[in-house]
Amino acid sequence: MSQQTASVPIPTAQELVTARQRPRRFNLESIPAMALLVLFTIYFLVPYFWLIVSSTKNAGDLFGTFGFWFAPNFNLFSNLQQLFTYQDGVFVRWLLNTLLYAGVGAAVGTWLSSMAGYALAKYVFRGRDLLFSLVLGALLIPTTALALPLYLMFSAVGLTNTYWAVLLPSLVSPFGVYLSRIFAAAGVPDELLEAARVDGANEFRTYTIALHLMIPALVTIFLFQFVTIWNNYFLPLVMLSDEKLFPVTVGLETWNVTTAGSSKFLYGLIITGALISTIPLLAGCVVLQRFWRGGLGAGSVKG
Amino acid sequence: MALESVTSLSPSVGKSPRFWRPRKLTPYLFFLPFGLVFLLFFIVPIFYAIYESLFRSQRSGLGLGAPTVNFNGLSNYLQVIHDPDFFAGVGRVLLFGIVQVPIMLGLALLLALLLDSTVVRFKPFFRLAFFIPYAIPGIIAALLWDYLYDPGLSPIVKGVSALGLGTPDFLGANAVLWSIANIVTWAWTGYNMLIIFAALQAIPTELYESARLDGASGWRIAWYIKIPLVAPALILTCIFSIIGTLQLFNEPQVLSVISNNISTSYTPNQYAYYTAFGNNNYYYGATIAVVLALVTCVLSFGFLRVTRRQAGV
Repeated sequence: MSQQTASVPIPTAQELVTARQRPRRFNLESIPAMALLVLFTIYFLVPYFWLIVSSTKNAGDLFGTFGFWFAPNFNLFSNLQQLFTYQDGVFVRWLLNTLLYAGVGAAVGTWLSSMAGYALAKYVFRGRDLLFSLVLGALLIPTTALALPLYLMFSAVGLTNTYWAVLLPSLVSPFGVYLSRIFAAAGVPDELLEAARVDGANEFRTYTIALHLMIPALVTIFLFQFVTIWNNYFLPLVMLSDEKLFPVTVGLETWNVTTAGSSKFLYGLIITGALISTIPLLAGCVVLQRFWRGGLGAGSVKG
Repeated sequence: MALESVTSLSPSVGKSPRFWRPRKLTPYLFFLPFGLVFLLFFIVPIFYAIYESLFRSQRSGLGLGAPTVNFNGLSNYLQVIHDPDFFAGVGRVLLFGIVQVPIMLGLALLLALLLDSTVVRFKPFFRLAFFIPYAIPGIIAALLWDYLYDPGLSPIVKGVSALGLGTPDFLGANAVLWSIANIVTWAWTGYNMLIIFAALQAIPTELYESARLDGASGWRIAWYIKIPLVAPALILTCIFSIIGTLQLFNEPQVLSVISNNISTSYTPNQYAYYTAFGNNNYYYGATIAVVLALVTCVLSFGFLRVTRRQAGV
């Protein structure tokens, strides 16, 4: 991986222009291709469609009506109302917890990664290669393997079952350092940093100048880490026992285990809760889609 | 290298030598905050797990009183090596990976090539549609499919049996592994497709424009030009998939609620989890985690070595 160099993100505008220049004529060749794409679109979207449909049903209709279409009774709002008030509104708390873990964890984590990646890319210093190899090697270590020893360490200092237990390990993103090193090396010209220093900027000020050029990369790193923390299940499962601290993932799965098919009422809540929990990431992905693509290209192309 | 010129041009170097030279320390200071959390919450846990794996907890004959913790040397490792539950779990996820990873990455590559080709329209729509599953948390995706497999709830099971085609059992002893494979494929194909697609987009079009003018078909261009150029992206996605497969936990964990065919040692990760937290045997649980991490590293690193040599990446 270390031999790969960054590709400069392709501007979407340029892509749009080429797309517009392309002749829009009927093409016989495109029929099988389009058919295949439509087929897989159905595969990818149907379960989500089922989730949307099911969140509008009451418990009786959920089991009694055809799953892939709406029931005559539209119950989305009463489902939402029940979801947000069940057990004193614990679901709202789970949402806020998830937002806290993912938001703070990704923001601080991205900042740490940007500094580390910048140092690795723009300075020559003793131990640099070793540090970078460590970061690269960490990409191959499954983070679930760390959850168990982390639990034992945290319980030794009394930090299990606190916000810190999930937040602190979430700050570490070797992938973020790897990406920000690539972006700093490719996107921040040395001449600019030299010019800043000649103008009398200190090293930290120079770094903040570089940071401005790294913003698209930082958005990517932030989103990556945000999604990873938002989706994390194993670490909070291991660390937390107080349901007031749960993120949405652990909370909903706890409901699923307690109902285990016995309470039809909870099914409706889990389904509605699942739908709600997907909205923030979906919205984020749609809004920031072009940043995503730019960032993902880095490091995956032979330079 | 350009980097050296930066340091030599720096204003502080020309001044009189001081005992404390800030320029030398700067990169370390920048690395320090990350380095600190990396050390505390990444490196130390690895060594702590290894340390823990050398002990075992023993209760006195009747199981009364506090258990004593004894140094156990490498006995836990010997026990793991001879543990049929552990091997059954590893074998299961390896079988899973050998079938599921090629299907998923093949599909991701195919979809990425289609989206990169000139014959397809509505590209932004498809790209978004394929990416939606990735934006759904893994545990939520597992719950979603859990309900689509559950005979009491599933429109798929009901629909198939209404057509008189029998009742499909997604949760049977043999079927459930592939039901899990379907969840993983559904959840991760779009993500892998996006990585490959981004790599395809980064290929300069001049590289295959001349081939196209010479009359090469889209498939030949894909096979001889595009796929070799995105090999690094494929290797990257493959390594992430190998790691993910060996760590399989969420999906079997969720399905175990409605299926009797998923034991607490179904995957190695579940085995480590239940050993540590179900049986309170942290030491053996830590040993399983260490061995699993080792197996993962050996496989992913081995894969990297082999493919690098082959592809000259």
